[in-house]
Parts: sequence; structure tokens; C-alpha cells
Amino acid sequence: MLRLNDIKWSVPGENETDTNEILKGVSLEVPDGELTVITGPNGGGKTSLAKLIAGLDTPDSGSIQLDDADITDWDMTKRAKSGICFAFQQPVKFKGLTVRDLIELAAGEKCDWGTICDLLGGVGLCADEYIDRTVDSSLSGGESKRIEIATVLARKDAKVIIFDEPEAGIDLWSFNNLIDVFKKLKDEHGAALLVISHQERILEIADNIVVVADGKVRTSGSTDSVLPELMVNEKSARCPRRKDIRSEA
Amino acid sequence: MNNITEKLLNIVSDWNGTFKGAFNIREDGQCVGRQSSEHIKIESKTDGPGLVIHISPEAQKETVYIPACVTHSDVNDLVYNDFYVGDGADVTIIAGCGVHSDGEEEARHNGIHKFILGKGSHVLYKEKHIATGNGTGAKRIDPVTEIELGEDSVMEIDSIQISGVDSTNRKTSAVLDARSKLIIRERIMTDGTETAKTDFEVEMNGEDSGVELVSRSVAKDDSYQEYHSKINGNCRCTGHSECDAILAGNGRVNATPELFAGDIDASLIHEAAIGKIAGEQIVKLRTLGLTEEEAEQKIIEGFLR
Repeated sequence: MLRLNDIKWSVPGENETDTNEILKGVSLEVPDGELTVITGPNGGGKTSLAKLIAGLDTPDSGSIQLDDADITDWDMTKRAKSGICFAFQQPVKFKGLTVRDLIELAAGEKCDWGTICDLLGGVGLCADEYIDRTVDSSLSGGESKRIEIATVLARKDAKVIIFDEPEAGIDLWSFNNLIDVFKKLKDEHGAALLVISHQERILEIADNIVVVADGKVRTSGSTDSVLPELMVNEKSARCPRRKDIRSEA
Repeated sequence: MNNITEKLLNIVSDWNGTFKGAFNIREDGQCVGRQSSEHIKIESKTDGPGLVIHISPEAQKETVYIPACVTHSDVNDLVYNDFYVGDGADVTIIAGCGVHSDGEEEARHNGIHKFILGKGSHVLYKEKHIATGNGTGAKRIDPVTEIELGEDSVMEIDSIQISGVDSTNRKTSAVLDARSKLIIRERIMTDGTETAKTDFEVEMNGEDSGVELVSRSVAKDDSYQEYHSKINGNCRCTGHSECDAILAGNGRVNATPELFAGDIDASLIHEAAIGKIAGEQIVKLRTLGLTEEEAEQKIIEGFLR
């Protein structure tokens, strides 16, 4: 179980004395064995939240708990070793490192061809074609994204798996494949799954949905309770502020 | 041969007690082992130090080893090796060089290699350089490579300098005939106060000839590297050079690529990037559980592979 308690985080503003408050006291729980989706308008703080969980940034206040441990002050290496996995929205390119290298680094050991074949097959890639490819700009956005997801799936000790907008930049076929990956992870893996997404089909397979907007949790709960209202609001008012405008009227 | 030579050979030329096929082993300026094969004849030069290696057109998928080692200080080994590759031959040439010194005087190997490739021949030339030992005297390796590519021939050079070489000055020049291809992959790592200079000059004189030049280097600590390449496209041809360098500590790199297009149909490209390891690369590997130091090490290993 991952718990975030009253997380606040800000970045420097335009002037030296200004700060731009990105997260304004976010609390949420990500239960083991369940798929929790964070959604909400762009710029609302979703990716910032994911980075704080993975240790890429440190909150100004509040705490992050993994099971019984307070991991707020742990660096990203320690968090990774404790089982927090993070799939980047924009996969990182490397000159020289191959797909095999990244998967083996993620797995923490040498992997045989069959293991890598299974991992790449799980994201719709053929090992014969990709295992020795360099993870550089010769790969398309969709290929990079799938490899990024494969590196996360390679983690053996995963307790929390975070996917930051996994659907971004991938084609429809890959997207269908991705949905299958999440379903399988949900059914077969005991890890807490946290996905940041705008996609209705990902929201539909979630156990829990958290709507983050303007640095706060606007609403959260089971998919059955949150999704219908979210879809009504989405369809009736594409502008995320429209609801507020209507209530004011 | 002595124990140091055996250790160096193991590193630079995959020596495991023997070589299969033709070979010549040079130790401190002397030949300590030689064997020709049916298709590859190795002979001493008559006009100076070095070898003449004749590779017949019948040589197919064969390997010839010509490693050279310097095993103590106060040695300045100069050698001239000429390779004549017959039409249609297909060979791998392994020419590693190791310099070891525990003394105060300089230890140096200076190998001048000339390659003349016949029509339609193919050569993979592998060159690995390393220096070892605790001597305070400079350990230097200064290779000169001169290449003449006949019509439709292909030469691939895979060159790597691993570590310990205090100073290197590497010069490679090539003249390409019609439809010939030159592919060079060079990787150099320097640390401490080491210096490395690389100079490539390629003349494409034959129609549809091509060159692919990829240099990757890592300059650590207070080391310094210079890279200069000049590709002259004198006809319809293609040329591509790529120079990437990673800086660590106070490492410095000066890269000056040069392209000359002397024909309307010459197509030449250069790419260059110098900088420290991208922060996002370190972050990605740390999210897989590596420490910052481990991440840097892995990134450099991959980069120089």
C-alpha cells in the first residue's frame, strides 16, 4: 500500500521571491493489487505527483509511506530498490545501451532470450528484431514507449508500478496491447498499480479513480462511483472549468 | 615471449595461448612468433623494421593476427607493416597494441600500417590499445594508418583505446576508388592527464564511393582530446561523420570536423555532440535501482561499446 499524506510541492516562480504552488495538499492511497488511475486536466499536478512518488523530486511538506515505511526522504535509488517502479511519459534515449541492457538492468540480473522474448512480446515487440537494438533516436516514439513499459515489467521486486501517460504517442494496436498488459498486471501481480491517464478505456478498467486538478484531489473513489460523473462532465463540458462556471451560474 | 606480453595479448588480441591461422607477435621491437598460412604470407621487410603481409584472393573468412607489445620503459618501437589484399579476399586483421611500463623512461609503440585493398575485397581491421603498469614514464601509442581502397572493396575499422595510454596521436588517411566503402568506428576513453589526438583524412575519388566515420570518446578527470576529420568528396559519393563525446570531471574535447564537397553530387553529412551525461539518463537508470555512480558507469560502457 502506498499512502500520500498532505503532499505540498512548489517550484520557483518568475521572480526570485515567488513560488508556483503545484501540489496543494494531496492525500491519497494506492492499494496493493489494484489499479488506481489519476486523471484530470493538463497542468493539474498529476506528473509532479508521480515524480514525487518515484523520488525524482522531494515534497516541500507532507509524507509518503510505502507499507509501514516513511520513504519521504529516500532518494530515487533507494525507492527503486524498495520496489517503486516508474515508466516515464517520455522514454529516455541512450547512445549505446541496448534493449537487452535496459531490461537486464531493470531485472537486476542477466536474462535469457526466452525471458526477454516474453517481456517484449508482452508489449507487442518481437525479441528477434529488438533485443540488440540501441535505445536511441532510431526507435519511433511508440517503440520507445513499449520498451519503456517492458523495462518496468522486468522488475521482479515491484511493489508500486507507476505509468505516466502510457498511452501517449502509441498507435491503436499498441494501445489495445497496453490495456491487456494492465489487465494482466491487475489480475496476476500483487503490486499497487498507479496509472496517470486521460484515456476512457484505461479509466474503465481501473479499480479506483483519483481526479487531480489545480494541485488538489477534486474527487476520488471507486471507478463505479467516479467514472459516470466524470464522463457526464467530460461530454457536457470539454473545458475542465466549465463545471465551476455552470455552478456559479 | 614474456608474461607481460602474454597478459597484454590476452587483452588486445584475444590470445589464449595460441592463434589460429596466420600471425606475427612483436615484443619490444622483436618478432617472438610468426606463422603464415596457405593464403596469408607474412614476411619481414627488407628495407626497415616491419612486415609485408600478402593476402591472396583465395583467403576467405580468414583471420591474421599482428599484435605488438612493449613490456618495459625506455623502448621506442617503430614498425612499418604493409598489407596487400588480393582481389575478392575476405579477411579479419587483428592488430592490438599493449604498452606496459613500471619505469621512469618513456615506453612507446609507433605502428605505421599501410593497406592496399584489391577489387572487391573486404577487410575487417580490429585494433585495441591499452597501457598498463605503474611506471612514471609516459606510455605512448601513435598509430598511423594509410589506406588505398580498390574498386568495390570494403574496409571496416573497429578501433578502441581502453585505458592507461598517457598520450596518443592517431592518424588515418584513405583514398577511395569507385564504389568502395570505408567504415570506421573509433572509441577512446581518457582519464587523469592523458591526451588523445585523432586525425582522419579521407579522399573519395571514385564514383559512388562512401565513408562512414563514427567516433565516440569519453574524457574524464583532467584529460584532453582532439578530434579532427576531413572528408573530401571529389566526385559523386556519400560521406557521414559522427563525433560524440562525453565529458566527466574537468575533461575537455576539441572537435573540428571538416567537409569538402568538390562535386555537385557529393553528399556529405556531419553530426557532433559534446557534453556531460544527460541528467535524464542518470535518472532513468536510478529508477531501475542503480546508484548515480553505477548509472554513469553503465552509460559510459554502453557508449563506448
